[in-house]
Amino acid sequence: MSVMDKNTVNKAARLAQIEIKEDEIDAVASKLEGIIGFVEQLSEVDTKDVQPLESVHEIAHRLREDAVNDGGISEKVLKNAPESQEGFFVVSKIVE
Amino acid sequence: MTDLTALSVSEALAGLKNKDFSAVELTQSHIDAMEKARHLNAYIIETPEIALKQAAESDKRYASGDNKPLDGIPTGVKDLFCTEGVQTTAASKILDGFVPTYESTVTTKLFADGAVMLGKTNLDEFAMGSSNTTSHFGNVINPWKANDSDADLVPGGSSGGSAAAVAANIAMLSTGTDTGGSIRQPAAFCGIAGIRPTYGRCSRWGIVAFASSLDQAGAFGRSVEDCAHMLTSMSGYDPKDSTSANLDVPDFASMIDQGVKGLKVGIPKEYRLDETPAEINALWEQGIEWLRSEGAEIVDISLPHTKYALPAYYIIAPAEASSNLARYDGVRYGLRVDGEDLAETYAKTRAEGFGEEVKRRIMVGAYVLSAGYYDAYYLQAQKVRRLIQDDFKKAYEEVDVILTPATPSSAFAIGENEDDPIKMYLNDVFTVTVNMAGLPGMSVPAGMDSRGLPLGLQVIGRPFDEATVLRTCRFIEKAAAFSAKPQFLMNKAA
Repeated sequence: MSVMDKNTVNKAARLAQIEIKEDEIDAVASKLEGIIGFVEQLSEVDTKDVQPLESVHEIAHRLREDAVNDGGISEKVLKNAPESQEGFFVVSKIVE
Repeated sequence: MTDLTALSVSEALAGLKNKDFSAVELTQSHIDAMEKARHLNAYIIETPEIALKQAAESDKRYASGDNKPLDGIPTGVKDLFCTEGVQTTAASKILDGFVPTYESTVTTKLFADGAVMLGKTNLDEFAMGSSNTTSHFGNVINPWKANDSDADLVPGGSSGGSAAAVAANIAMLSTGTDTGGSIRQPAAFCGIAGIRPTYGRCSRWGIVAFASSLDQAGAFGRSVEDCAHMLTSMSGYDPKDSTSANLDVPDFASMIDQGVKGLKVGIPKEYRLDETPAEINALWEQGIEWLRSEGAEIVDISLPHTKYALPAYYIIAPAEASSNLARYDGVRYGLRVDGEDLAETYAKTRAEGFGEEVKRRIMVGAYVLSAGYYDAYYLQAQKVRRLIQDDFKKAYEEVDVILTPATPSSAFAIGENEDDPIKMYLNDVFTVTVNMAGLPGMSVPAGMDSRGLPLGLQVIGRPFDEATVLRTCRFIEKAAAFSAKPQFLMNKAA
C-alpha cells in the first residue's frame, strides 16, 4: 500500500508552505510513508462514544478584564524583522 | 581546593552561605570547565559575562543576608527558552539572528530566585528528536562512553545539551522541556535525574512552542534533591499561559525524604516488551524489589492502550507543530529567503530554514489535518488520547505512583537509528504516555548495563503530585547508590 504518492507529497508540502524539489520527492515520500504506516494502527482502536481529548486538564477558560495591558512596543516587535520600514514589516509585493 | 563544579546544589548553597567560596568563584569554576568541555558541544552559546554579573549580584545578596533559594547556582538554559537580549535559536537555522526582547516566565522565575545563567544549551531542532543529532549547531556528545568502544554516543534528546552539561559538571542544574520524553530519556542516557512536572505546573510562556498540549518545562540535576530545588523555583501560576495551573507550589526539596513505606506502586504489564533488553527488565525487577523490601505495596496494573500512545503522539505532536511552526515565514524574525512573490518567499524560507526532521513532521501534521484525513487521523488520535488518560485515571484509583523503565536502551552511537524515523521514535515508548495524559514523570539513574552505560527507572505520578514522584525517586536513588561517573570526568580527574 502506498498512500504517499508524488501528488500527496506535493500537496502536503504545499499545505506546509515548504518548497520541495523534484529530486527530493521520492526520499521524502518513503519516510512519510513509514510514519503514516506506523500511525495507521490507530484505526484498530474502538473509539465509538469516546470524546476526543483536547486538553489534559479540565481547566475552564479564564477571562481577564477587557482592558489594554500591553502595547506601544512596536520598536520591540520589529526589532528582529528581516526588513522593516517606518513601523511596518516589509514583504514582497502581494497585489500587482 | 575541592572541585566546585562537582558539588550538589545543597552543598553549593551551604558553601555560599558559609562564605567558603563566593558565587563569582563558583561561576568562574564552571566557566573554566565549560572551555575545556567544548568538544561535547553542549552549549550553543556561552554567556560568561551575564553569568559573572549575576554571580556578583548573588554575592551582594549573600553579604547582606537576603539571599534567594537558588542564589548563585550555575545553570544551563535549554535554547528553547526565550532570553531577553541573548540569541534564542531552538537549534534551527530559521531563527538565525533572533534575539528576544522578552524573557520566558520560567527563566524569569529562576533568575528571581538567584540562578546564574551559564549559557544556552544545545537541543534537537525545535525539540524534535531523541538523539540531539538534528541540531543546526551540530551533535551533542554524551560524556559517557561504553567500555567496549570509543565511539561517541548520543546524549539523548531533545534536551541533550542540558543533560550532557549537568552530567559533565559544566552546569549544576539545567532546564529542559519534555514533549514526548525530552527530559527523561536524555537524563537516563546521561546518568542524571530529570523531572517533567505535570502539564500546567510550569508556564509555557516564552518557550518556543513545539506541540502546545504536550510541551512542559522541567529540571535536570545530578540528584533528585537538586531537581526538587529547581522545580520549586521554576513552577507556578502565570496568567500569560492559559493552561498554567493556579495552584500553590510546595517546597519540593523538603518533602523528598519521607520514604516509600505503605506507598502503592503500580507495575504496568504493558511495559514488558519483547524487544526490551533483558538488562533493562532486570533493573526494573530490581527497582520493584527495592521498593517492596522497604514496605511499599507492589500492585500489578494494566494500562491497556499503552501501545497506541506512540502512534497517537505521532499524529497529535506533528499536527500541533505544523500549526505552531507556521509562524516561521521570514517576515517577522529569523531567516528570510526571498522569492518571486510572498508565497514563494515563505516556501523558500521554510525549505532552507528547517531541517529534514522538522520538515517531515510539519508535512505529516499538514497531512493528518487536511480535508478528508482529519477524522481518520487527528480526531481518532485525540480519542485514543482520551482512552490513554482514562487508563491512568483508573490505575490511580488503586496506586499512588507507577514504576517503569525510562528507556528501551542505553545511549547509542551517534548515527545509529538515523535510517528510519520510526526506530528513533521508539526511544520514547516508555515516556510518551506521560505526555499524552499530562502527568508528572521522572527518570532517576538506577544502574548500569554490561557496557558500562547508565540506565534509568521512571516514576509516574498523579496530576500535580510531583512530591510523591520525587520522594519515590529519592528512595530509588538511595537504594541504587548510583555513583559511577562519565569517562569525561574520570579522564579530567586523572
